[in-house]
Amino acid sequence: MRMSKIVRFCADMLYPAVVIFGLYVIMHGHLTPGGGFQGGAVVATAAALVIVAYSYEEIQGMLSKFLFQVQESGGLLMFGGVALIALGLGTTYFFNFLANSGLLFGMSVPFGPNPGDLNTGGVLPLMNIAVGVEVWGGLAIVILYMLSGITKEGV
Amino acid sequence: MFWNLPYIAVVLLTIIGIATILLKKNLIKMFLGVSILTSAVNLFLIVLGYRDSGIAPIYTYAPSELMVLPTPQALCLTSIVIGVATSALMLSFAVVIYRYYGTVNVDEIRELKE
Amino acid sequence: MKKVLSLLILIILTAFLFVMAAGFTFGTPLKSDMDDYFIKNGQEQIATNNIVTTVVFDYRGFDTLGESTVLFTAVIGVALMFRKYIRGDSDENE
Repeated sequence: MRMSKIVRFCADMLYPAVVIFGLYVIMHGHLTPGGGFQGGAVVATAAALVIVAYSYEEIQGMLSKFLFQVQESGGLLMFGGVALIALGLGTTYFFNFLANSGLLFGMSVPFGPNPGDLNTGGVLPLMNIAVGVEVWGGLAIVILYMLSGITKEGV
Repeated sequence: MFWNLPYIAVVLLTIIGIATILLKKNLIKMFLGVSILTSAVNLFLIVLGYRDSGIAPIYTYAPSELMVLPTPQALCLTSIVIGVATSALMLSFAVVIYRYYGTVNVDEIRELKE
Repeated sequence: MKKVLSLLILIILTAFLFVMAAGFTFGTPLKSDMDDYFIKNGQEQIATNNIVTTVVFDYRGFDTLGESTVLFTAVIGVALMFRKYIRGDSDENE
């Protein structure tokens, strides 16, 4: 008893579009409304879409639990690690050591309205990516575990 | 009373949430009441930081320079994520309780069952 | 008996909350010194256009660290609840 052909085809077509939109919301968190948590929730919706269209046995080859666990733990470790690097460089914990310098994301911004540039922000885009990856892995794990814990004969 | 309409909406949502927790007998409906109460508190946080004719606090293509307060919005973000965590744990508790007792009615879960 | 007590508590709470809600003013916050400092100096110190993101990740970064830990703990709790009933890819070594 599967879903009809139209539902499966539309889920296949929509899956890359939702993932790309979620990654766009995560990456441009320091220029437009959005950021790590909002973009992570959008990308987790893509995993839920594919799980609803197909059944659980067909999904096990495509989305694995182990990769999502690694993704979630890696995101939290990267968030704490970026904050700890600032402690090792001589300043305080959670100091923004990349802002207004010439390194990876450090371009100065004058005061006032301006069209945004992606090169600005300092530590903020790295933290956005870390939190977005963590929320994506966490919400996908919750959906997969709840689905696999429901048996077939009347719960 | 119309100058205070967002605060009236917050009060109504709080009362609906508390009434759902107190008066209903199904476990899932009580969890929905907790979720409504969380939404009421989030709305209260956002409404507290509004300035008359102010825009969103973002400098990309900003039309003016009078902005609303950004700190309650940051606190509301944290509260929403904690609400998600609470809902996930409550629903998994409901599944395990149903599997053990056979019912989701609060009056029948009271007795200790072997 | 229990229903009468619940309705009494609800009516008292409604009256109290309505009396409190009439004293707020909508549109003029009382104290906004900290937020004025954030709006005026946030763009030059952190080189970002989005003031809400700077408040979440830079000026109040400890709250975000605690929130990420809460989300992680909730996911661990859900995975712990469903460990006994997994069908399919579980290793039978207990």
